[in-house]
Amino acid sequence: MKIIAGVYQPDEGQILLNGKNVSFPNPGSSLDSGIRIVFQELTGLENLSIGANLFLGREPRKGFLIDSKKINQDSEKILTKVGLNRSAQTLLGELSLAERQLVEIGRALSMKVQVLILDEPTSSLTLEESNRLLTLIQELKSEGVSIVYISHRLDEVQAISDRVVALRDGKNAGELAKEAITHESMIKMMVGREVDTSRIQRNAKSGPKALELINISTERFPDCKVNLTIKQREILGMAGLVGAGRTELARATFGVDTCTGEIAIDGKQTHLKSPHDAIQKGIFLAPEDRRNVGLTLTSTVSDNLTLPNLKTINKWLTHRSKEEEYANEGVTKMGVKTASIDTIIGTLSGGNQQKVVLSRWLMMNPKVLIVDEPTRGIDVGAKAEIYHQLRTLADQGIGIWMISSDMEEILRMSDRVVVMHEGKISGELDGESATEEQVMALAVGNTNATNQQNGVSQS
Amino acid sequence: MKPRSKELGILVILILLVVASALKNPNVYSGANLQNTGRLIGIYGIFSLGMGLVIITGGIDLSVGSLFALLGVGLAMMLEKGIHPVLALSITMAGGALVGWTHGLLVTRMKLQPFVVTLCGLLLYRGVARTITEDATKGFGDATGFEWLKAAATGSVIGVPVPLVLLVGFAIVTYVLLHKSIYGRYLFAVGKNEEAARYAGINTRSVITWAYILCGFFAAVSAILLAFYTNSIAASTHGNFYELYAVAAAVLGGCSLRGGEGTVFGILLGTTLLQVIRNLVNLLRIPSQLEFAVMAIVILIGVLADTLLQRKSNKVKTTKV
Repeated sequence: MKIIAGVYQPDEGQILLNGKNVSFPNPGSSLDSGIRIVFQELTGLENLSIGANLFLGREPRKGFLIDSKKINQDSEKILTKVGLNRSAQTLLGELSLAERQLVEIGRALSMKVQVLILDEPTSSLTLEESNRLLTLIQELKSEGVSIVYISHRLDEVQAISDRVVALRDGKNAGELAKEAITHESMIKMMVGREVDTSRIQRNAKSGPKALELINISTERFPDCKVNLTIKQREILGMAGLVGAGRTELARATFGVDTCTGEIAIDGKQTHLKSPHDAIQKGIFLAPEDRRNVGLTLTSTVSDNLTLPNLKTINKWLTHRSKEEEYANEGVTKMGVKTASIDTIIGTLSGGNQQKVVLSRWLMMNPKVLIVDEPTRGIDVGAKAEIYHQLRTLADQGIGIWMISSDMEEILRMSDRVVVMHEGKISGELDGESATEEQVMALAVGNTNATNQQNGVSQS
Repeated sequence: MKPRSKELGILVILILLVVASALKNPNVYSGANLQNTGRLIGIYGIFSLGMGLVIITGGIDLSVGSLFALLGVGLAMMLEKGIHPVLALSITMAGGALVGWTHGLLVTRMKLQPFVVTLCGLLLYRGVARTITEDATKGFGDATGFEWLKAAATGSVIGVPVPLVLLVGFAIVTYVLLHKSIYGRYLFAVGKNEEAARYAGINTRSVITWAYILCGFFAAVSAILLAFYTNSIAASTHGNFYELYAVAAAVLGGCSLRGGEGTVFGILLGTTLLQVIRNLVNLLRIPSQLEFAVMAIVILIGVLADTLLQRKSNKVKTTKV
């Protein structure tokens, strides 16, 4: 999609528009060809009015001044079309997410449009608003506009599509004609077939409960209460689509965000108000955003490794030799490949950076280790090493809560699989027997389908 | 260890300036001039160190100059009223720390920008100082009852001015704190990447708040020395722009306003360079109206040279890889 927008350039291949070969060397060039994209992340400027946003960059003018009268008149027309009952002078920041989505669509429509691309347009809309949008799409279709509708909400896809194309790992994974569109057929296409399912065998049985989340609600999903248990000696795989609330749950547990509900460690209730508290109690998080919050990229390997544990390594003043010893031990433990412990960590590969993140916590005897997308952006070799390490840790008695969008990883590593969908836990599966279809169905919120299909009862 | 190119560059500039001007005007070497410059370096150095701590967290303290006025007139008025000098000194220093603590709380708890918080401080403390003195100039007169204090603040130890001696003490303490203690490591970690530091379990709020407390305390010590040095404190002008001397010294000495970078040695060099320039402007009979302009040019040259050097070394690195 970003290639079509002209943000990225294709490595190879060509784009045909109305049968003609076209290229979009920079953002904006595809706009001239009548292609409109509404991105999932809202892009409008909150401090400007709806009208100003609609005509941003192409304001009608009266001499040197902006013709606000014309903006307001034209805006009202567009707003009527998309069904948004607001004055054009309202500030964008005052609108709800759904209304802003409509403004974005209105902006796209206010220009000459041949192809309209909508990326997850309903992800922030209520049911009613979604329905209005779907009606609008039907209208546009009848006006001759081609629409690409990107969504993981299979009901909507089924309701409006004339044709469905599935992408998986950047490849075209199949296409369905209108008659063939069903939930099952779409899920089948989404999961594909070429997954390595060789499990990484565990050598120990799950122990008692290490960490319990009781009725936890995060800031992002204040209405969803989540219950979750992580046992000693197990890897709990947490699957779900991007934005399902997995990272938020982990952040809340680690004390980065505030949450309501209760947390118990080893059966004892406790409060984790900050990462500091969590670390004291042996709960560690290797965050998803490794480069910005997991590490300080401009510091050395040694500084990053020792930072959380400086008080144990040193007494009052810092001792260079003790820190070196500690850092070397950490590097060896995880097999980090680095020229020296004084190397700036930003120059290491992603895999080695991640190993430092893990090693930093291993050195502090974790009780529960939360790893969020532990192998994102990491090469195959380092991946295998990290899998091996996580397994060993679990066997040693640590509870591992692994959040991952990598289906292969979930199926190969997990002793139990928990799937989240829109802030709630939509189901739990046994790690040994879980299949890709089951996980995917739960991830799109399709709890019933799984039960019927496979006869597995959910608890 | 990292190369100390920043400090080295500024040291070279400093030596060149001193040598060149000494050749032109041998008065630079006169005992009285050295004494006076040393005294100023001491006074300015102490609060510049405090400012450096705050800048390393990625913050700034613009209120220092106004704080000098407030604490200065406060001290003078307390002594005037016959409050015991030791108590008056303690109140002044505690006051500085308290002001810093308030800044720190506003920055960390209320999530206000340091620039805004301390800008309000700049306006507020000056206003309070002028109001309580009704714009009358305060001083210590002949220091009846606290002669020893005046002598200590304005005197010398074996020829070295007291403020410079104190600066050496403060520099050693700050050096240990910044470069040898765990707190120092936290300070740099917070300055480089506050979120990452928080994820590593560091209590970032208290680390930052302490930097402001120390800055306020250091400023209070300087305020006492400065008050006795000038011996005439007009609330409307006393200490005007002094915070900018400290910012300039820290930046010249290699601190980045983005935070996470800086050394005690660098800040000391920066302070010294600025005072030497001021002194030279005087001695070389450059019109004193030009003083700020000359400083600006030296700071620009220093910072530009550093940026260019860094760009060059980065290029070398990337071509190697």
